[in-house]
Amino acid sequence: MNKMNMTSLNRVLTTLQFKEPDRVPLFLLFTMHGAKELGLSIKEYFSKAENVVEGQMRLRAKYHHDCIYPFFYAAIEIEAWGGEVIFFEDGPPNSGIPFISKPEDIKFLEPPRIANSIPLQKVLKTIRLLKEKIGDDAPIIGVVISPFSIPVMQMGYDKYIELMYENPEFFERLMKINEEFCVEWANAQLEAGATAICYFDPVSSTTNTPRELYLKTGFKVAKRTLARINGLTATDLASGRCLPIIQDIAKTGTGIISASSLEDLAEVKRACHGKMSVLGALNGIEMRRWSSKEAETAVKHDIAAAGPGGGFILCDNHGEIPWQVSEETLMAISEAVHKWGNYPLDWVKEYDR
Amino acid sequence: MLDLKQSIPNFKTAILSLDQIKAKKILIDLSDSFPINQVIDKLIVTVLEQIGEGWEQGNIALSQVYMSGRICKELVDTFLLPSKQGRKHKPKIALAVLEDYHLLGKRIVHCVLRASGYDPIDYGHGISVDELLKQTQKEKIEILLISTLMLRSALLVKKVKEELSKAKFSTKIVVGGAPFLFDDQLWREVGADAMGRSAFEAVEIIKRLEGGLK
Repeated sequence: MNKMNMTSLNRVLTTLQFKEPDRVPLFLLFTMHGAKELGLSIKEYFSKAENVVEGQMRLRAKYHHDCIYPFFYAAIEIEAWGGEVIFFEDGPPNSGIPFISKPEDIKFLEPPRIANSIPLQKVLKTIRLLKEKIGDDAPIIGVVISPFSIPVMQMGYDKYIELMYENPEFFERLMKINEEFCVEWANAQLEAGATAICYFDPVSSTTNTPRELYLKTGFKVAKRTLARINGLTATDLASGRCLPIIQDIAKTGTGIISASSLEDLAEVKRACHGKMSVLGALNGIEMRRWSSKEAETAVKHDIAAAGPGGGFILCDNHGEIPWQVSEETLMAISEAVHKWGNYPLDWVKEYDR
Repeated sequence: MLDLKQSIPNFKTAILSLDQIKAKKILIDLSDSFPINQVIDKLIVTVLEQIGEGWEQGNIALSQVYMSGRICKELVDTFLLPSKQGRKHKPKIALAVLEDYHLLGKRIVHCVLRASGYDPIDYGHGISVDELLKQTQKEKIEILLISTLMLRSALLVKKVKEELSKAKFSTKIVVGGAPFLFDDQLWREVGADAMGRSAFEAVEIIKRLEGGLK
């Protein structure tokens, strides 16, 4: 591959082979910011596929980053299951009252049919339209919430923890139902034109579940689910810690793992060596108040920690840039990557992290 | 003679392995030799604090934190302090999830406070700023614990603080939740009086703030 003519897709595919592309790929995972670009409310913005397509195109033209992110909001899957979604003016829509109120409800639970789901069809239309516009210039990242993590919205996190510990029969049944839905939903996005699937699985993080329980639950679920997804997957723990289970995650079949800003990025990169690429780990919450200088410092820190040798995509550590992050900060991040992310990263040797 | 301090490792192991029967037996044995408030303060609160520290350091997971808190709350509610008598009613404490629908953090704090002998008022989740202000003022809450998961909700705490100050209420606000963990300057920015890095810091913070209230 000629490094002079690399597209975003070439850049990403090269780094995923643990080789150095022309520069460190940058994923700015925008969901709501497209609404700002179009001057729409968040609710209005997500009401039409065409709005999200236009938002994504404008954001990429503005910040010159390396992916398209047709993810609407996590609760859209809950909407498909018939659950409630609550919109806000300045933040991501939340899922409302859980639709599983007691474990026995799981007996009668049926997954939604993707072909009949208006919200999911809207996402698929978005991916198809984006693929027409983008072609092979940049990867389109589809998103699924893992079968192991979506119960937090289906039944509430407290009730879900109790289910995991106290009701293995209903837990297994719920996983079986969710796995079927997740696989079908992921493959539908790939068929529509997504390049890869981001498998959001925060409950698997050791921040939330101890390793011994993860090995009996989230690990097995991920292994079964990812094996049936017909494309590349990235596991995103949504800012949760990954280091204590990183070798286990590598065995689930995922190609990429998100790092948390709570962990040492260089250590995560070392632990992944040759097995998974690393996505991360800019602190999306702190980002809201960064000056341009602080943004540049954070970018340099992460590139120095994980950039050498490829196998690294710079990204926020949660999988969504908060609404409150300013254009100036985002521009500073992009400029810093274009300034400091060019391979070979000779400056890193002298950089005192 | 039984020793409260020596019982700590056994009690901790029992609740982390969800062995409620063993945990209850330890409490029964100790409550024969020690006043109930000592068993709560020196054993239960200490163990819950250690579990909280373990979570902060990444050695204990949130699901273990929740289950341990729930077990301790149930043991205190049903066995040590089954009635309101003997509970700490001062300062007047309330807790809520501001506009968010993610209630795990609040549930853990509630468990911890109940397990520590307090009797907090639970305003639930998804509560608006106006409703929270109304309830806080009506019940003359002295310490208000606010849990958030979403950044936008965390930023709303500023309005709660400002409106309470305008209305001449000196209610202390304690915040907790993911946005505050990921940005350690955020709690000051929104005008909170304290931030708990884990639910188990709530007891220590309340004791500290209680000193200032007197």
